[in-house]
Amino acid sequence: MKLHFEVDGNDFLLAGDASGKVKNVLKKLGIESSIIRKIAIAMYEAEMNMVIHANGGRVDVDILPEQIQVVLQDTGPGIPDIDLAMKEGYSTASHEIRELGFGAGMGLPNMKKYSDNLHITSEVGKGTKVEIIILLK
Amino acid sequence: MMKIREIKEILGATIWVGEEYLDQCLHAACGCDLMSDVLAFAKEKVLLLTGLINPQVIRTAEMLDIRAIVFVRGKAPTEDMIELARQKHITLLSTNEPLYIACGKLYEKGLGGGGEE
Repeated sequence: MKLHFEVDGNDFLLAGDASGKVKNVLKKLGIESSIIRKIAIAMYEAEMNMVIHANGGRVDVDILPEQIQVVLQDTGPGIPDIDLAMKEGYSTASHEIRELGFGAGMGLPNMKKYSDNLHITSEVGKGTKVEIIILLK
Repeated sequence: MMKIREIKEILGATIWVGEEYLDQCLHAACGCDLMSDVLAFAKEKVLLLTGLINPQVIRTAEMLDIRAIVFVRGKAPTEDMIELARQKHITLLSTNEPLYIACGKLYEKGLGGGGEE
């Protein structure tokens, strides 16, 4: 099963809507709750990053018998140093974002913690692609 | 384990939405203003106590299957947040107690910690 979402970068209220929808679909498919939780958290962090840093983007979810793949692509500013961005506590988020309870430098580490496989490619000035894989078996 | 109804009574809390879930039982609680930390460390189906007011608190709760949220220091959720919580079947409460005291009162009555060790 394939799902596609366009994430609006200007609507903070709607940020996380795609992750919530994916969570509901997986629940209806009878996927184990511990796996749904991993996908929901990893995808939500990635979706929030898209809204906070990249003015939105698009998300493609592919649900296969052996794994679930979530690919998030944006055309934002890109990440100059991915290794640095992966470090807990490193953040480039603004004061306004921190006041909202995010931007503490936990987003990428959280994505890594809850993914079975996380692959990030980024080009400065062009955008970022985040690929999250969660194994079902 | 504690019913949302008991939590409401212990904290002298007001309820904004989710009155129909007052008899749901919660196993533990987590007090935090940083949503990324909640996402990183909260266990499933806990009570969230926070002083943070924005829609992403409700979204964070949704991702973690958090069934109830208590806003501390007398803070009130916005209409947007109440509507989102209604859609997601999440109970919202407010107490005048500060975070530390609210957590302490619930802990004292037997509601344990809801973060990963």
